[in-house]
Amino acid sequence: MAGRTILHSDANCFYASVELLHHPELRGKPVAVGGDPEARHGIVLTADYVAKRCGVKTGMALWQARQACPEVVFLPPRMDLYLRFSHMAREIYAEYTDLQEPFGIDESWLDVTASASLKGDGMAIAEELRERMKRELGITVSVGVSFNKIFAKLGSDYKKPDAITGMREWEFREKAWPLPASDLLYVGRSTRAKLYKLGILTIGDLATAPEEVLHAHLGKMGSILWAFANGYDDSPVKAEGFHAPIKSIGNSTTSPRDLVNNEDVKIVLYLLAESVARRLRENGFRCRVVEVSVRDNDLFCFTRQRKLDYATNVTGEIAGEAFTLFVENYDWGKPIRSVGVRGSDLVTDNYWEQLDLFSSVERREKQMKVDAAVDEVRKRFGFFAVQRGLMHCDERLSHLDAREEHTVHPHGYFG
Amino acid sequence: MDREIGFYDHEYGSKARSAKVYVDVRAVFTKDGQLRPTSIIWKDGTEYEIQAIKDVRRAASLRAGGAGLRYTCVIAGRESHLYYEDNNLWFVEEK
Repeated sequence: MAGRTILHSDANCFYASVELLHHPELRGKPVAVGGDPEARHGIVLTADYVAKRCGVKTGMALWQARQACPEVVFLPPRMDLYLRFSHMAREIYAEYTDLQEPFGIDESWLDVTASASLKGDGMAIAEELRERMKRELGITVSVGVSFNKIFAKLGSDYKKPDAITGMREWEFREKAWPLPASDLLYVGRSTRAKLYKLGILTIGDLATAPEEVLHAHLGKMGSILWAFANGYDDSPVKAEGFHAPIKSIGNSTTSPRDLVNNEDVKIVLYLLAESVARRLRENGFRCRVVEVSVRDNDLFCFTRQRKLDYATNVTGEIAGEAFTLFVENYDWGKPIRSVGVRGSDLVTDNYWEQLDLFSSVERREKQMKVDAAVDEVRKRFGFFAVQRGLMHCDERLSHLDAREEHTVHPHGYFG
Repeated sequence: MDREIGFYDHEYGSKARSAKVYVDVRAVFTKDGQLRPTSIIWKDGTEYEIQAIKDVRRAASLRAGGAGLRYTCVIAGRESHLYYEDNNLWFVEEK
């Protein structure tokens, strides 16, 4: 994999930039995109640079942002608009390479090795991209130019906005190594703490540490990070249109009010399970593991999972299992803010299965038919056309169509 | 608490300023697959013929606030920009 040219292009404050393009009257003012005026889970998704300078950060609750910056203007997110711009950005990237790997809605890796003879070297292509994004889409990007994905990403974070940073073979020691280790992809809070205990503060420290020590303390991840820091990352940029195989299907939501008893949780879990099971069915999967995640109103969270006897995509089975898991693992020390359901260890729909003597195959088949019928009705008449009786216990909680919400989170790097 | 947060109204905000004007457009799909606007209909109903198209490229309009395919048109002897957004709406920058 010698001599690759990899770019990482990152749209600066993407949501906020798209909004500012469309609202010239707000330019130069502190602006934050985020929140849902109807529900209460209002957090900042993106802030522009003016707001960031006043201390508004992504992930802050709206009231905190207001405290940090009283003049901040809150814009409700318009996801469809951002998706359109993301799509247009990818069209521009596609003129330079078919090896384009999006990482979330606003970032992409591009392997432009083969374009170098036609379009110039990595820096020249990066310059052209930066210019075109500004002129054609009215937003700015920062681009990292390197020989691998990890350093390319580091480069795009190095200088913002509207900037280009090279992180090539001859310069990464000088530029990347003084950076804190936590700037590296996959060094989160807990890894950073572990590295800190080993006296490793910068990417350079990480690169020059003995690999065995890192492996001993961090396991496989230790070796991977060591390789990242030394520029040995040779993971390919995945071709355009390639989607990582789905490994799990899940859904979570912050409920319109805190959940205070099992009954509340049951409503939300069933609702989420409906969406998870339906997506499993749509994609021709069954899951063999069900997982629940719980976050209390102190934002403490945990997950529990269980292997099933049968692979399933029956709504009732997934919901029932999730609820049992929850009841076994939660003692109601605190009210709950959000819950999630996930099905993983997926197998295809026609997966062959050992039957057991004591469960009723007919009953299961009936349930599958019911699910199929419900899917059909909902496809024709909308999600709320058919509801479980349970959903009428608390209509405020149950009035969420979980499936329709956009998923924009990046796939994992290791795909 | 959230009730007092005060969200910006996209619609209202957009109307408050005037540079972006969506217009009706008459256009032709040519047999070689081009989309060519032939006239625009202003908000007062007057139809203006597009006498010539000098340039077509993708561009953002910072003044009007939007991006799309930008047609540099000659209308009544004057050059103006007509944008075709990817949501199939046409807009012009008001002078």
